[in-house]
Amino acid sequence: MRVKSVDLKKVGFDEREVDRSGSYMQVDSEVVKCGVKEPGVYVIPTKKAIECDEYRKYLWKALKEDPSLGDFSNGYFIITEPGKKAIFPVQTCLLIEDSNIQHVHNIIVVEEDSELTVVTGCSSVPRKGTHIGVSEFYVKKRGKLHFMMIHMWGEEVEVYPRTGVIVEEGATYVSDYVCFKPGAKIKAYPTIYVDRGGTVVVNSMVMVSETSNIDLGTRVYLKGKGARAEIVSRSVSFGGVSITRGHLVAEVPGVKGHLECKGLILKDGSIVSAIPELEARTRDVDLTHEAAVGKISEEEIEYLMARGFTPEEAQSIIVRGFLNVDVVNLPESLKEEIDKFLELTTEGI
Amino acid sequence: MLKVENLKVEVDGKLILKGVDLELSPGKVVALMGPNGSGKTTLMMTIMGFPRYKVVEGRIIFKDTDITNLPVYERVNLGIGLAFQRSQSIDGVALRTFLKKIAEKRGVEVDIDGIANEFNMGDFLDRFVNKGFSGGEQKRCEFLQLLVLNPDLLLLDEPESGVDLDNIKLIGKAINKILKREVTPQTEGTDSERCVDKWKLKSALIVTHTGYILDYVKADEGYVLIDGRIVCKGNPYEILKIVEKYGYRRCERCV
Ligand SMILES: Nc1ncnc2c1ncn2[C@@H]1O[C@H](COP(=O)(O)OP(=O)(O)OP(=O)(O)O)[C@@H](O)[C@H]1O
Ligand SMILES: [Mg+2]
Repeated sequence: MRVKSVDLKKVGFDEREVDRSGSYMQVDSEVVKCGVKEPGVYVIPTKKAIECDEYRKYLWKALKEDPSLGDFSNGYFIITEPGKKAIFPVQTCLLIEDSNIQHVHNIIVVEEDSELTVVTGCSSVPRKGTHIGVSEFYVKKRGKLHFMMIHMWGEEVEVYPRTGVIVEEGATYVSDYVCFKPGAKIKAYPTIYVDRGGTVVVNSMVMVSETSNIDLGTRVYLKGKGARAEIVSRSVSFGGVSITRGHLVAEVPGVKGHLECKGLILKDGSIVSAIPELEARTRDVDLTHEAAVGKISEEEIEYLMARGFTPEEAQSIIVRGFLNVDVVNLPESLKEEIDKFLELTTEGI
Repeated sequence: MLKVENLKVEVDGKLILKGVDLELSPGKVVALMGPNGSGKTTLMMTIMGFPRYKVVEGRIIFKDTDITNLPVYERVNLGIGLAFQRSQSIDGVALRTFLKKIAEKRGVEVDIDGIANEFNMGDFLDRFVNKGFSGGEQKRCEFLQLLVLNPDLLLLDEPESGVDLDNIKLIGKAINKILKREVTPQTEGTDSERCVDKWKLKSALIVTHTGYILDYVKADEGYVLIDGRIVCKGNPYEILKIVEKYGYRRCERCV
């Protein structure tokens, strides 16, 4: 394998493929691994998948086509059979090593009554590069997609994902996003369309470094009666700029949404903005939001110190709690990595 | 166990403790009383070592070591444990995880579910620390943490305030368990033998307004703190009776 200096475990990728129903790995523009172990789940390089009309129809349906992005090198295409409930997650990994620009087009289709988890890790060697990831997800009637994305970029990497998600009747989309060691610049605003009785839960935890400028948001259109959305964004800044956005749009009566943007500043020189936006286009909707930006309270630190923790340890316990590391169901190896990262970054603050 | 000598303490530039002397022998329980704002919490927080409480004069000796300038966590390591008058909630951290971390830090193995159930806190282990806990539940949570910490010196700041009578009993039981009070203090044996065991006799300093907790935890001595000074020292149960009858004014004359 070509992978040089990136520890794949850290982004949730298990090279031995234990407890995985399938794997896809791309380094720069080259597909280095692509296969499935569980019947009823298909993992195909996008370029190959769209040769078939049946699959081609998913291209540019959840997002508006944008020729300015240029041609994509590849990406993963994952589809389940109707009713298939995958036991193990599919893992994918996109790495930048030598190329200056990586442009991928990813598609996930969860067929009716089917359930799937996808764990995707994106990383790079620590140098310059641009990652443009176009992702289109389709969760069909009563289907369930749990999408977990881990970003761990080199300091000078710029990342511009475009994501569109279509959640059909009674379907569920859960997204957990973890970003530590963020690149220089990330700008993303995934858009999710939810039909009647659909459910969307989006959690994100972002640790912003000194050199980074992170602008992240989630936009959800509640389009059918009974559609629900919950967006929880937590961002911790160790210097650098962090903007957390959220936009909930209620298009029909009888929908419900909650938006929470919270930022914690740990170091002077940080700029943290929380920008929640609620938009109702009809009566009888229930939209709420909560936004807060602040620092760790002295009393909380003292409380933990009285239990035997050093000020640094106290801080990382509080930050870890703030980020919901234990609430979101993350792989153990990733939790350990986050802990190590927090330990290092809270030193000397 | 603990010796406080001529302690003067400033908070935000204001002198709160104006020369406090206090002594606590191994195995003894001392009750600290005094009107609101007299400096009881300040004394507790200073013994625990929080930087906001600035010692301008005097010193604090614990287990024969001058701890006046030690950081909080080192005092915890030496065996001091504080139950706060007002606790803090920690978002996103489950009580169970937190207790495990405390045990790890202390290097002890604790049956967390066992003691939580014993003290009626089993249902709280999967909730975030103190988050949305009622006043009484927060107090029980303090003691659950102290049971894990298992300190040699207990600093208890109004352990019974806001707690119903049944739960005061339960908190009393927790205190006695930490103090190993079911075991009678050993006074026999040679000096050197006693010396080894010296710190196994645990002590407590308990702030109380009502004295209810002293119905369950026997106090050996009582101190009254008024306006940053100890003005009275004696049998805690007698002091409580006098304060109940005449108020703290009577204590001022005690000096
Ligand atoms: N940051 C501060 N700045 C000024 N004064 C303070 C500060 N913190 C505490 N004090 C004052 O110190 C005095 C002692 O407070 P402390 O909390 O020790 O009293 P206490 O004896 O515990 O009272 P209570 O019985 O009400 O708990 C009070 O008058 C309080 O207002
Ligand atoms: Mg007090």
